[in-house]
Amino acid sequence: MANVLVNAPKTARRGQAVEIKALILHPMETGFRPGADGRILPRNIIELFTATWNGVEVFRIELSPAIAVNPFVSFFAVATESGTIGLRWSGDEGFLVEEQVAIAVE
Amino acid sequence: MTARLVYRRMRVLRVGLALALVFGSTLVLAQGGGDKRRSGYQDMGPALQKMQDDDTANPAMLFVQLGQQGWARPSGAANKACADCHGVAAASMKGVAARYPAIPKGADAPVDLEGRINLCRTENQQAAKLPPESRELLALTAFVALQSRGQPIAPPDDPRLGVFREQGAAIYRLRQGQLNLSCALCHDDNAGKKLAGVTIPEAHPTAYPIYRLEWQALGSLKRRLRNCLVGIRAEPYAADAPEYVMLELFFMDRARGMALEAPGVRP
Amino acid sequence: MDRRRFLAGTAAIVVLPLDRARATPEAMAAAIKKVVGDAVVREGRVTLDLPPLIENGNTVPLLVSVESPMTEADHVRAIHVFNEKNPQPNVFVARLGPRNGRAMVGTRIKLGDSQKIVAIAETSTGQFWSASADVIVTLAACLEEST
Repeated sequence: MANVLVNAPKTARRGQAVEIKALILHPMETGFRPGADGRILPRNIIELFTATWNGVEVFRIELSPAIAVNPFVSFFAVATESGTIGLRWSGDEGFLVEEQVAIAVE
Repeated sequence: MTARLVYRRMRVLRVGLALALVFGSTLVLAQGGGDKRRSGYQDMGPALQKMQDDDTANPAMLFVQLGQQGWARPSGAANKACADCHGVAAASMKGVAARYPAIPKGADAPVDLEGRINLCRTENQQAAKLPPESRELLALTAFVALQSRGQPIAPPDDPRLGVFREQGAAIYRLRQGQLNLSCALCHDDNAGKKLAGVTIPEAHPTAYPIYRLEWQALGSLKRRLRNCLVGIRAEPYAADAPEYVMLELFFMDRARGMALEAPGVRP
Repeated sequence: MDRRRFLAGTAAIVVLPLDRARATPEAMAAAIKKVVGDAVVREGRVTLDLPPLIENGNTVPLLVSVESPMTEADHVRAIHVFNEKNPQPNVFVARLGPRNGRAMVGTRIKLGDSQKIVAIAETSTGQFWSASADVIVTLAACLEEST
């Protein structure tokens, strides 16, 4: 089960830059570490996190193995109109998680 | 090899100096009032304190969310969820984590909070015990512990606990392991000083289960105690040994009145 | 800081004995060159917020903010973060635009050792601005039996 925590305001003034914070459960295995048997554990990371506002992409971050386990990302987006903020994490081993939060813009 | 060792030593020295500068100024902070006891939280830098304080930045909250799901999920032959008996956790579990370990009804030995959850599983849900340090057990414990955030640690007035607590105190002061150290030698006599680059905390169980950055996962007080035992080159007690519960009873009494801050973040 | 001064600065850092492949100040300089090409990288406008002293390198909070009007005509197009000593020099690339309103991105990174971190902002007008931070990663005590 996807395990995600998202913090975004429920309401915002039109034109205001709102902060969005997102945390996801993920091992972010670097591909450089040996496992218990001495063999290198295969890389398993989230490579890309994107955010959309009513379907239009507003933010994108390409991650590397240097990003900590259980990745945290914070960014800003201008509140243009009421609707849905879509968050998407994708990466190795077919990892794909999508989460949506609603926001009302006055 | 020698170059590496020299480099490491230099680095420890540099780090020690930097730590003295950074933490020297925070040493005056205490619990408030005349209470000089310090939670491990107060020994962390501002970045980690901020990580613990913000519920969307605190990685332990990912596990709390799993625990909340576990609380509502029917389990075992009885097909009962925690919520079926206990209702809303915010009401029924408030203060519970501040009281454990305690002696359950009909029993004659104390159990910790994880042990109590597992008793509920076997007796009321008719389900198998959750394995120690399993994600499911830690998550449920974190969810229950969160309901006591801000509550003062308040061990029960059960005279039967005395003998167990005294055994815990004796273990705390016992020199053991190849390094021949006791818990007290570090956490009473040298608390606030440095071991490698780390401030030695006073060892108050205010934030368990903790998300320890070293583990990159949530872990219990037992796991932390095992790390300490390995650190002094002693044989850790078995996972279900009563010694851990005795030690926790002693710690909770020693931390009586300090605020619970679970689930915490620690380096 | 211009590129010549930057390269001269990194060349002066002593490379310590390494036991396996990892990024070096040279690898970081090469990764930066790949992003900026022959453009001048100026110091300023970028704030790189990292704790100066890191209690555990597994999870290190990092916040980059850039002074920019974030308008259609003048905005930060990307923020690149690099490190010297992790196995790879690239940490992340964030793609931004006027829809962000503020050029501020936070995440948490792993740092295996004390080192220099560099953040470079690329603007819509083709400019590159940078900031760097030296961080100290302390040694942990009382580890797991498995390590």
